[in-house]
Amino acid sequence: MRHWIEKQRYIIDFTISSLLRRKVKNFGLLALYTLIVFILASTMFFTYSIKKEASLILKGTPEIIVQKIVAGRHDLLPVSYIDIIKKIRGVAAVESRLWGYYYDGLVSANYTLLTPPGNGSSADHSKSSAKTTVVESESGGQQQADKSKPLFELGGAVLEPGTIIIGNGIARLRDIGKDDYMPFRAFDGNVLNFRIAGTLSSQSELVSSDLILITGEDFKKLFGIDNNYVTDVTVAVNNPSEIDMVASKIRKVLPEARPISRVEILRTYDSIFNWRGGMMIVIFSAAVLAFVIFAWDKASGLSAGERREIGILKAVGWETSDVIQMKFWEGAVISLTAFFTGVILAYVHVFFTGSIVFGPALKGWSNLYPNFELTPFVNLEQLTTLFFLTVVPYTVATIVPIWRAATIDPDSAMRFTGE
Amino acid sequence: MIELMNVKKVFNAGNPSEFSALNSVNLFIEENQVTVLKGPSGSGKTTLLSIVGCMSRPTAGRVKLKGREITSLPERFLTDIRRKTFGFIFQQPNLIKGISVLDNVMLPAYPLGEKRSHLKVKAMKGLSQLNIGNKAASKVEWLSGGEAQRASIVRALINDPHIIIADEPTAHLDTKLSYRFMEIIEKFKAEGKTVIITSHDPLVYESSMVDRVVNLRDGQIEN
Amino acid sequence: MILHPAVIANLLAAYISSGMVLYALFYGVQILRHWDIQSGHELQLVLERKTYLISTLLSYVFGLQLLSLFLFIFTADSLAPLFVGAMCAVGTLNVDPFGYPTLTLKICNFILAGLWLILNYVDNQGYDYPLIKKKYQLLAFVAPLIILEMILESAYFLGMKADVITSCCGSLFSSERVTGIGSEIASLPALPMMWFFYGAMSCTLLCGIVFYLKGLGGYLYAALSLLMFIISLVSIVSFISLYIYELPTHHCPFCIIMEEYCYIGYLLYLLLFGAVVSGLGVGALIPSRQVESLKFMLNGFIRKLALASIILYAAFTALVTYEIVSSSLVISYEVVY
Repeated sequence: MRHWIEKQRYIIDFTISSLLRRKVKNFGLLALYTLIVFILASTMFFTYSIKKEASLILKGTPEIIVQKIVAGRHDLLPVSYIDIIKKIRGVAAVESRLWGYYYDGLVSANYTLLTPPGNGSSADHSKSSAKTTVVESESGGQQQADKSKPLFELGGAVLEPGTIIIGNGIARLRDIGKDDYMPFRAFDGNVLNFRIAGTLSSQSELVSSDLILITGEDFKKLFGIDNNYVTDVTVAVNNPSEIDMVASKIRKVLPEARPISRVEILRTYDSIFNWRGGMMIVIFSAAVLAFVIFAWDKASGLSAGERREIGILKAVGWETSDVIQMKFWEGAVISLTAFFTGVILAYVHVFFTGSIVFGPALKGWSNLYPNFELTPFVNLEQLTTLFFLTVVPYTVATIVPIWRAATIDPDSAMRFTGE
Repeated sequence: MIELMNVKKVFNAGNPSEFSALNSVNLFIEENQVTVLKGPSGSGKTTLLSIVGCMSRPTAGRVKLKGREITSLPERFLTDIRRKTFGFIFQQPNLIKGISVLDNVMLPAYPLGEKRSHLKVKAMKGLSQLNIGNKAASKVEWLSGGEAQRASIVRALINDPHIIIADEPTAHLDTKLSYRFMEIIEKFKAEGKTVIITSHDPLVYESSMVDRVVNLRDGQIEN
Repeated sequence: MILHPAVIANLLAAYISSGMVLYALFYGVQILRHWDIQSGHELQLVLERKTYLISTLLSYVFGLQLLSLFLFIFTADSLAPLFVGAMCAVGTLNVDPFGYPTLTLKICNFILAGLWLILNYVDNQGYDYPLIKKKYQLLAFVAPLIILEMILESAYFLGMKADVITSCCGSLFSSERVTGIGSEIASLPALPMMWFFYGAMSCTLLCGIVFYLKGLGGYLYAALSLLMFIISLVSIVSFISLYIYELPTHHCPFCIIMEEYCYIGYLLYLLLFGAVVSGLGVGALIPSRQVESLKFMLNGFIRKLALASIILYAAFTALVTYEIVSSSLVISYEVVY
């Protein structure tokens, strides 16, 4: 055993010195390899951590959302539905929501307007459901951060009639801030001016970038919504295994209603991000293939000098399997260096620079762009997948060339008679 | 010691370029003797040498080493025997450029996994015996022809082999260095080793310490 | 199909493995047909060189099989949120009928690959490649299994459809699906299984020690070690997992390799796999004890394998016992759910 270890040490020594002797050729390979790992790793880190963020945020959302559907389109929900839903067994709480979209022609952007619960939406609130999502503390509660992220944090601002609280993206886009005024065109053509009471914290930018908080009265004034209607309702269900049951009961009792459960949304988001990540990888597979062919070519194309070296090794007593081991270590040193360098660079790229290189392709396209820092999330599954997508193809491509090199005849060294 | 019986070696069998390097060679190499294989180029000297030295296998015939049949041993075992029994000195020093003399000299022992400190001591001893101890750490590119030749001799000796095989050792050496080389061979003989040399240098085959000269022509031994 | 990066990695690994195995098989067949150690002909030399290639290829395949087994479980676990009712890998594997067969075949192939490597190592010790025919016959047996595994795995992943919202105009989504997929795994009652496990393990270890000391009952030990492997897997599902999770209803054998449980599952499974491969290796090598060129080492090697197997099984049992003893769960009576 000792011999085997000592032998590996010798071989590794020799391998490293032989790699360093051919810096130019190996450096090119290493650079390309690192690039491939970097690209794939960046893609994976990005999609996985966004997925994680999204699922953390969505954890705080209500179990079921109920909307009214008319002719396949989302319509306003009559307030009377709320009592009907409350009567269903298993329902812990029902809250109404007022929200909608507003198109601002000035900057060609869509804003989401929302009335935070407790600020004048016209339904009553039964027991306050812990699932709705306003956290008004300034401190932010780091302990909570892991379990569920609040959808937005008001940061101490108070919403009064006539005021709005806007998200950071809007603030940046229109270059306005606290105590400025923002004009809106109401449903009847009048202009309503709202004073900005504050901006939403940047921690939640992922979802609140284009969000405007507005009181219920102002909302109805702006969009011309009758007091008997709300946009939709959220339903809290205490027992998670009852959710589907409650949803189907709602459907039975209110045939026009569409219940959407939180898990469905989570699954769909997961799928979208998976799909995006997977697409990127499929596209980059062309690059990986090209790299693999390149690696194979490099490994096969032994220069005369290399061939001679192996001939000498075989002639002085190295066996074919010894040479294969040496070549294996060569591949391992290159692979590990490229892998770790690529992964570290990708980590810095995604989590410290916000994926400047190809963020736009992965995030989507819009005028209103959140500035957010992703929480680093790297797990063993990602690293193993990366390993399989990069190191394994490289290693497999080099097996046959390595073997060919290792089976060079020892007496080729004898027959070599001059420079 | 080494016995070849009816050995044939054919290259590219079955192709139009098929040719027979050795035809029915019968040879017995004595222990503790200096044997010279003499013959013009193309006579099959190098092929014979590589079969004798366990570097390749004959197409037909039998080879025995110290009474043990080694003809159809797989490469793994052949190499193992070769490592421990034979030391090769080539026409060219065939040192690996870019690494030091010391590393070059220790190379044949790497697969055996010996402790590095022991190995280093052996290597340094060998180098100083041939008066190139001071060059241990230099790169091989800086050695003169004679020094390189001596380094390759030390490399051949690193595993304490019984049998030394030298292929045209004086081909690239001047007269003085050739004489020095033959002195080294005499020392080997005195130590009880067996030496096999191929050469067409009269300085070698007419030397007094040579016990036997074998003439090779067209793949066969002439008597 | 779900275009998840890990799915792509799995399929890639499966295709690469199959490719390598087919390549190896092609040359293996050549070797089986033309091998003649006595001949010095060029063909023989070429074939001897080729065996190096095949050994190298198959060593890589073996390493790949082990890694891809774990990657497969990881992937199944991370896809679980996409399916109604799936809580972990157990559920995902139920999504379509190819999931569990793929897993079973992966485990089989891993063991067979390990056996091949043991045979290969022993063959290389003999100066006349004594086991070469057996080796390549085993390869011819394993190759179609690996290809079958690839087909099943492809069918499994390609047939998956996530339970997602596909149209914004639809009204009711998952509630329409009355049954979700099963997230429970069939398991035997815990307490009786526990006694059976310890009983069977004692028998196996005893037999192994008898073989190690006296050389009797090698085949019996090999058979027992295979049986013990299956019993251990069933035990993990049936009661060992309960103690690790400290929950009387959580039988999943896959969650123990996850972070929350300190990756303890890796150690358990590695010990188990090591033990069964070395145990079966004993049985595979016994018939070759008479071979001339291996006489100098084979008996000693077989004993070493047996010892390794015994130690690994013992370590496994020790680890299991430790988990049971240090767990907060106490199973004093059986509640059937």
